[in-house]
Amino acid sequence: MELILVNLIDGLVTGLLLFMLSAGLTLIFSMMGVLNFAHASFYMLGAYFGYQISLALGFWVALLVAPVIVGIAGAGVERYGLRRVHQYGHVPELIFTFGLALLIEELVQFIWGKNQMPFNGPEVLNFTAFAIAGNSIPAYKIFMIFISISIFMGLLYILTKTRVGMIIQAALSYPRTVEALGHNVPLIFMGVFGVGTALAGVAGVIAGPVLGTFPGMAFVLGSIVFVTIVIGGLGSLWGALVASLLIGWITTFAKSYNVEMEAVLNGIGIATPDDLSENLFRDFWALTSPQIADILPYILMVLILIFRPQGLFGKRQS
Amino acid sequence: MSDQITTDPSKPAQRMRAGSMTLTLGPWIVAAILLAALPFIFTSNSGLTIMNQMWITVVFALAYNMLLGQGGMLSFGHAVYAGVGGFACMHIMNASDFFASMPLPLLPIFGGLFGMGLALIVGAFSTRSAGTVFAMISLGVGELIAACSVIIVAFFGGEEGISGDRGEALPFFGLNFWSQIEVYYLTAFWVFISAVLMYLWSRTPVGRMANAVRDNPERAEFLGYSSRWVRFYSFVASGFFAGVAGGLFAINYEILTEENLNAASSGVILLVTFLGGVGFFFGPILGAIVFTLVQTVLSLETELWAFYAGSLFVATVMFFPGGLAGLIMMHVPPLRLGKLGVLTVPYIKTLIPAAIGILGLCSLVEMTFHYRHAATGDHEMTLFWTTFDSHTILPWIIAGAVTLIGLGIARTTAPALKEAWNEANTAGGKR
Repeated sequence: MELILVNLIDGLVTGLLLFMLSAGLTLIFSMMGVLNFAHASFYMLGAYFGYQISLALGFWVALLVAPVIVGIAGAGVERYGLRRVHQYGHVPELIFTFGLALLIEELVQFIWGKNQMPFNGPEVLNFTAFAIAGNSIPAYKIFMIFISISIFMGLLYILTKTRVGMIIQAALSYPRTVEALGHNVPLIFMGVFGVGTALAGVAGVIAGPVLGTFPGMAFVLGSIVFVTIVIGGLGSLWGALVASLLIGWITTFAKSYNVEMEAVLNGIGIATPDDLSENLFRDFWALTSPQIADILPYILMVLILIFRPQGLFGKRQS
Repeated sequence: MSDQITTDPSKPAQRMRAGSMTLTLGPWIVAAILLAALPFIFTSNSGLTIMNQMWITVVFALAYNMLLGQGGMLSFGHAVYAGVGGFACMHIMNASDFFASMPLPLLPIFGGLFGMGLALIVGAFSTRSAGTVFAMISLGVGELIAACSVIIVAFFGGEEGISGDRGEALPFFGLNFWSQIEVYYLTAFWVFISAVLMYLWSRTPVGRMANAVRDNPERAEFLGYSSRWVRFYSFVASGFFAGVAGGLFAINYEILTEENLNAASSGVILLVTFLGGVGFFFGPILGAIVFTLVQTVLSLETELWAFYAGSLFVATVMFFPGGLAGLIMMHVPPLRLGKLGVLTVPYIKTLIPAAIGILGLCSLVEMTFHYRHAATGDHEMTLFWTTFDSHTILPWIIAGAVTLIGLGIARTTAPALKEAWNEANTAGGKR
């Protein structure tokens, strides 16, 4: 029972972190119709900028400043890169962001080298918040949950209750009409892109000390983020939230409970073959859940795409 | 391009040209002679190795372009089909009884069949839509299979991969394929056959419909074609040729690992194809040749070659979406008008300073890299055959000045080039 609670908290942390990335990505997608392949790269940039700033000015300043820099960089990419490629169509846009992801990874290696950076969280949060049956929960995790939830609340409030949010929502569905009403729609797009990447930057700064700040971090999380928003339904904010939490919990639980494929197959009435060592499916029989925890999201995505192509919360596609 | 598609009804010979299965023999004969003659020019073993790698990449890039260029489907996990074809070939190599009764040149067919088999399964659900959704599915499936390679050890061999011996096959007219040159001709033979077949495929009605579905799926549906099935056929055919490339890889290197399946390989093939140009059949061939050469030469010279390749790729997407082939074909209209000469002087005036400026920029990048990452106390670096101290100010000033002056000259002469370009593309006398 206690272990379930600990796993619930761990999964929540992972899920909310994923959500901070997928929220920005899904907003950008519903706006421009293009998946930003480089989104996780902005998350990595956030972590590296955060590390560099925290060396000079401490963690809290880094948490404030690094996302702003990342957001400005993102807006610049939209203004001078994507807007230019947009005229060629969606596929070149996707290829452009893919190339950008490659380039940012190389750039990070160029500046900071290939090794992991010693990025540490703030000293203030370096204590155990509480313990559940001997499993201590660090205060930093609670802090991560708190930050993610408050950002989600803030985003929801801005999008649904403020004038700016109304204009953004209108620009998503009827850009031409909004433009005719006198709003600068390209500027709105640039702003949303910047805010989306800044969110990824926040995620980078708070995840950097926990998950490690190294050049492969964008790649590790990047494809999972795409999987998340495909499962949740492209362009749906609530879908992104549900899918992020789902993936966070599934992977955490699969890692902490050692379920063996043999037990599962025996459980549904398939007997273990006598001589496993020569069997063609011997690896299949020997599978354990921690082994496949990292590919569970992909399996889930393929299943979703086969049985419900529009995703959990997506609108029906034409 | 356009004259191939428009037909003149008054000329019966032209009426069928768009869908006809004939080859313009000229380029193919030249290509065949080149393929056969190259080992006599580059006789060294390293030359053969590079050429083998190049031709394998050519087959793979052409297969990839069946999707990206001809079908408009962007795949982020195409290495999987080549990889699975290669792994299957490796297992056939290790099945000694069967392999001993089969000549080695037939092996790529099996690779192709396995690649096709996987494409049949994946294509059944992934080709329902093109664009973003297709790209996401291809990414997910690619990641899934790449991750499986470490789990399903029986087939993929885990982290060390699986290896075999191509010499165990039934001798083919006395050839055992132990030496590099024999493997080269096997590869060259398959490259030629695959390229011809893929070209002919693009001329069949299915290949033509793939173009139609790429450009306007809705209209293709109204004409009575199921765009999904058209995409499916392209996908399966592409899987077959990717598998052939995987089989050739297995024969050439005799080892396959997780690296042949992962997203990095899929990314490289996208890069190669796009650099070469997706709009023309010969684009990927060009891309594969240029990329392999650049990779071989640059990776010897600098640690930062991936950074340069990435920059080149992003610049290509932003400024020349037609790729290298597109750049070359841009010059066909001036050539037809007989005005290519107009461009020579402006080209020299702009491109040479630009190239010098870019080299200056590269040396700045190299010096920064050396300054940050060289071992402490190691201040000496060698760049463009000159050795200097990277911690003194003089080399930085020189490199900076070269960059500024080179790019500055290019910038001032660019309008003249643009004018010359417009002039070269205008029919008739000077306006």
